[in-house]
Amino acid sequence: MNVAVAKTGKGRAVSDLFASAEGRLPGSPDVIAVRREAFESYERLGLPHRRIEEWKYTDLRALVGEVLPLAATPDAAALKRAADAVKAHAVDGASKLVLVDGVFAAELSDVKALAAEAGFKTLPEVLDKDAGLLKTTSTDAVIALNAALATDGVVLSIADGAQLSAPIQIIHIATAASASAFTRSQVAVGKGARVTIVETFVAAEAGAYQVNDAVIVSVGDNADVAHIRLMDDAPDAVNVTSQFVTIGANVKFNFFNMTTGAAVSRLQGFIMLAGEGSELSVNGVNLLKKTEHGDTTLVVDHAVPNCVSRETFRAVIDDRAHSVFQGRIIVRPDAQKTDGKMMTRALLLSDEAEADNKPELEIFADDVSCGHGATAGALDDSLLFYLKARGLPEKQAQALLIQAFVGEAIEQIADDTLREHVIGIAERWLERRS
Amino acid sequence: MALLEVKDLKVRVEEREILHGLTLTVNEGEVHAIMGPNGSGKSTLSHVIAGKPGYEVTDGQILFRGEDLLEMDPDERAAKGVFLAFQYPVEIPGVATMNFLRTALNAQRKARGEGEYSTPDFLKKVREVSKSLNIPQDMLKRGVNVGFSGGEKKRNEVLQMALFEPSLCILDEMDSGLDIDALRIAADGVNALRSPGRAMIVITHYQRLLNYIVPDFVHVMSKGRVVKSGDKELALELEASGYAQFEDAA
Repeated sequence: MNVAVAKTGKGRAVSDLFASAEGRLPGSPDVIAVRREAFESYERLGLPHRRIEEWKYTDLRALVGEVLPLAATPDAAALKRAADAVKAHAVDGASKLVLVDGVFAAELSDVKALAAEAGFKTLPEVLDKDAGLLKTTSTDAVIALNAALATDGVVLSIADGAQLSAPIQIIHIATAASASAFTRSQVAVGKGARVTIVETFVAAEAGAYQVNDAVIVSVGDNADVAHIRLMDDAPDAVNVTSQFVTIGANVKFNFFNMTTGAAVSRLQGFIMLAGEGSELSVNGVNLLKKTEHGDTTLVVDHAVPNCVSRETFRAVIDDRAHSVFQGRIIVRPDAQKTDGKMMTRALLLSDEAEADNKPELEIFADDVSCGHGATAGALDDSLLFYLKARGLPEKQAQALLIQAFVGEAIEQIADDTLREHVIGIAERWLERRS
Repeated sequence: MALLEVKDLKVRVEEREILHGLTLTVNEGEVHAIMGPNGSGKSTLSHVIAGKPGYEVTDGQILFRGEDLLEMDPDERAAKGVFLAFQYPVEIPGVATMNFLRTALNAQRKARGEGEYSTPDFLKKVREVSKSLNIPQDMLKRGVNVGFSGGEKKRNEVLQMALFEPSLCILDEMDSGLDIDALRIAADGVNALRSPGRAMIVITHYQRLLNYIVPDFVHVMSKGRVVKSGDKELALELEASGYAQFEDAA
């Protein structure tokens, strides 16, 4: 009974939202028809809740309740604040693409360079010709809602053989409080290309905002891709991000996510190894405090033989925070000689901290090597005492051990500048703690 | 004023009293050996002086240069100049030894209101000391004590002692797990640190270590008390006659 009531209530709110947003949503009448269909699909499902298996530990109905109205198109003052945030969060030497409250900000972005190097276009430019980017096979309600309401995004096509030395950093900045931003982006990496993509989510003096982002990545044969997401949102924000990756043959794909903010966050990644001989490395760190809820849900799908996947995930959970890791490895019947391993460890800094680990192996081939491991525990008292006996105050001793703990995931980032950038964010999180 | 005064110290672990009123005075420049059978409370004394959690002091005092040590957190004690060389130094994966040494030294200096060591000075000092202790440079890049042999771990303790320049060094069973060669290197390192301004408490089960680190005073502990004190000759007597006589005395 409650469900029906809740669904009607929330469905109505979004329905109003969709009607009011429709004038702002880019795309031809065909595209709008696809959006409407996606929206209707969302309306049938409502926000995910705990009785949907994939969302068991992250009940958005309970945690978020309602979807906020779309943020207004940023004005000059908002763009000024965003410009300051770009300065504060830019990776040294990166080419930047900036989205402010879900709207692409050309004046803050390196448009010319990236149009030449990476075939950059905005989502509206692409949707003028084709609604394909809004279509996915997923039945997930938040992804449907993203298709319905995505206002903007960046579309990159890296040419075959292109070797991009500078990282491309996509910076999402929230300047509007109590509003939502829906973005959808695409990165297509050509055969033999090499590129590093960084995505950063931050606030510029905004709180209680909601982000719903989707990224669709395809990687051509023999490409070498590093993809780093830094979800460093305001403490009372909501960020639900969905990522679809399809990987060709003989690819090296190195993915890293770090969550250091948001009241409620979820990164759901669906990664398919569709070409033989590829190496996938998926790594993540959650640094959570107060009552934050951070969910990393990964599906690694070995569709073909002879691929290697490694997942290393670390969660540091303080106060009454709650970290969720769901990792599924699927090995299809043809995917012989698959080597898939997953290791997740949670560090609980308080008695009330909570970690849920849910590893799942679905193996349909018989000649594979797959495994998973999960641990949860507190900081080791004997190590803490040793450090204190050498002069480190309690918080500093804890910080050193926490850095070492998350270091095992962070050190998977090969690039020195990026690794230092990520360590810097982790250090700031630790400083805020003490 | 004495450097360290332990007065009638009574200590419990959970419900069991381990130290039953221990008294010990150590002045600057002195080396005291504390000997005794297993379970006599030697390590408990070292842990309580360093501030390890899990011990309840029910009576007595520990004064360090007249200040109440028991009121201080372990890191404050370290900054004041108390150093415990652990019987079993822990391994800390992911914390590079060099980073640990610098962080610890600067934390102590900060607590004393001193400026941070400049990096070139620090590196020079680490290189000098590690060379004299036969510690290879690549060991300093590894995680603290990770993959170190027993001897290397003990030498790493002595390295820290040399870097932090404490005024009281407590060596808890430094000889345990070491062969003669490893023991000699570690003991040479300790002897090099003997100075008029620095005192040491050498805790050991065996007289052997005291051939290398020759004490000014020897105390025998049994059942949570000091039951006999003397000079270095006492250690030799013990070697001949054993601890059994004191078990009765206590």
